[in-house]
Amino acid sequence: MRRRLWIALALGLLFGLGGLAGLIDRFGNGHINANYGSGVPWALWVVFYIYFIGLSAGAFLISSLVYVFGVRRFERVGRLAVFTALICLITALSFIWLDLGHMFRAYRTILNPNFRSPMAWMIWLYSGYFLILLGEGWFLMRRDFAAMRAQGGVRGRLLGVLAFGTRPDTGQGQARDLRVVRVLGTIGVPLAVAFHGGVGALFAVLASRPYWNTGLFPVMFLISALASGGALLTAITQLLFNRDGSFDDEVRSLGRLVLLLLFVDVIMEIAEILISLYPSSPAHRAPFEEQMFGPYWWTFWILGLGMALVGPSIGLFVARRSPRWIGLLSLVAVIGFVGVRWNIVLPGYANELIPGLNMAYAETKLSLAYSPANMEWLVVSGAIGAALVFFVAGAWLFPLLGREQGKKVEDTLSTAGLADLAVKEVE
Amino acid sequence: MDVMAVMDGDLARALRKPMEERAWGMVIDVRRCIGCHACTVACKAENKTPPNVSYNVVIEEELGTYPNVSRRFLPRPCMQCAKPPCVSVCPVNATYRRPDSVVVIDYEQCIGCRYCLNACPYGARYFDSGDFYTEGTPRGAPHEEAVTHEVAAQPGDTWRRVVGRESSPVGNARKCHYCLHRVENGALPACVVTCLGRARFFGDLADPESLVARLVAKDGIARLKEELGTEPHTYYLL
Repeated sequence: MRRRLWIALALGLLFGLGGLAGLIDRFGNGHINANYGSGVPWALWVVFYIYFIGLSAGAFLISSLVYVFGVRRFERVGRLAVFTALICLITALSFIWLDLGHMFRAYRTILNPNFRSPMAWMIWLYSGYFLILLGEGWFLMRRDFAAMRAQGGVRGRLLGVLAFGTRPDTGQGQARDLRVVRVLGTIGVPLAVAFHGGVGALFAVLASRPYWNTGLFPVMFLISALASGGALLTAITQLLFNRDGSFDDEVRSLGRLVLLLLFVDVIMEIAEILISLYPSSPAHRAPFEEQMFGPYWWTFWILGLGMALVGPSIGLFVARRSPRWIGLLSLVAVIGFVGVRWNIVLPGYANELIPGLNMAYAETKLSLAYSPANMEWLVVSGAIGAALVFFVAGAWLFPLLGREQGKKVEDTLSTAGLADLAVKEVE
Repeated sequence: MDVMAVMDGDLARALRKPMEERAWGMVIDVRRCIGCHACTVACKAENKTPPNVSYNVVIEEELGTYPNVSRRFLPRPCMQCAKPPCVSVCPVNATYRRPDSVVVIDYEQCIGCRYCLNACPYGARYFDSGDFYTEGTPRGAPHEEAVTHEVAAQPGDTWRRVVGRESSPVGNARKCHYCLHRVENGALPACVVTCLGRARFFGDLADPESLVARLVAKDGIARLKEELGTEPHTYYLL
């Protein structure tokens, strides 16, 4: 395994084990030691939920450029994108699962859904999306699983099982598999657009909170998902896999894509901020004043504006030729997007629903002053740690960059398949 | 006749009708409210609500500059909206509006996602995070673990919060239910009975002879955030 993957694993274990105390607290004491509640119902874990679901949707939509729209440029990171999307989806759902008051009733969203609720739609769309990701991943790699069974060892045996009886194949079979992937991806694109636009709608339908109640929200969610997911994929490709410069072209192209998406995202943000800051409506203005000048001002200026949007936009433009800088700036953007997500959720509570309401009865969790409890941070650490560990495990187990033979990365499989497909279509 | 006796009569008349022909409603005369918070305390005692859950609160506001100052009080129970935003967002149909127009939560169905807390424009919903007032004290207080009779799903339901056990209503969204467990047994809601200033009136809005129906027809009647179109069944006399 590559040295950088070992570092990622070590980080994952560090975060994961560090966060164990939080998970034990969460399971043992429920929500008692959390600071969210009646006053601020959705908080840190919801921030990380929309953060990871955005990363997942973004990574997936970039994979669909390859498998649905035939953009060959990103072909070699296609599998990586699908796998990243899967890990991010599972992480996002873990956050929202831990956030539930009754975790073990989550299945009721499937058994007894209320389809007037955007949340019920979400769960159904996520389920479909999850199956699409599993299906895509499997059809992309099953021939390699079968071929690598022969290599033996733990890895070979595991992949042999996961091949589910697939035979290693050439040309024909692989092209057929890619056609299946294409169908799955084609279903997946509207699904990803729907569920992530839908997460925006989940907030936007709430007429009770002027900050969220804007038609721009679903669109902003999508654009910023693409930007953050693209940045994550760029950072992973460069920092974990581009050791010998063999992915320089992909990283440069991804960097340009991220730059474009960030640019559109910045325009959206400006539109939202300018309209809201117009002095005629205090209900819209207060949430922005809160995020710009409130106690968490740094999430807006440093994380959001500095690290996620403006900094990387300028950096990616100036250093557009340097894969190393592109990777680093993408990582900075990925971290910064936590601030963007924070400022989607928490400024929603900047206004009292009725002036004086939250002071009418003085109890800590009725207050609108929220800062995450230690337990909440520890759970975040634990979940991110687990995500890293699972990612490294997957990167070790699966041929994410094509089948490896010795040190050379062989990606004949996907190219051969796609080329075959292209030829067929021309005919 | 004393308003309490009038309301008792209204209640008895309403209970003789089928449930779907009743439309429970409340009128709060803010000019009579003295800001004593007795309604909040009575509600807490009646429903044994835990920390961070208070079905009723009284919002206070100070007006003017010394020496020309006054205080204004706005009691806020659940508005029992005819078009409740909290109901449509519930992903699992755990909250619904009963035929007698009270919005209730099925505690056994609620998954605790708190979407409804965000959807309510009046902040009338709360999350039961499992806290106890006497947590960590040597004896604890038995009343916190006593049985409550909120009508959450079925009439006759009883609930017990037990320290260290995460079973409903812990982990649920909770809200004012107009003390349905009292009302259905012919007693007025706890906040109405306890009100020192006789500022709260309760009854059947569908009965034109009821006190609340007559009050709703008066000048100076208002509902909170009328512009949202939620059509509350809790009215204010200004």
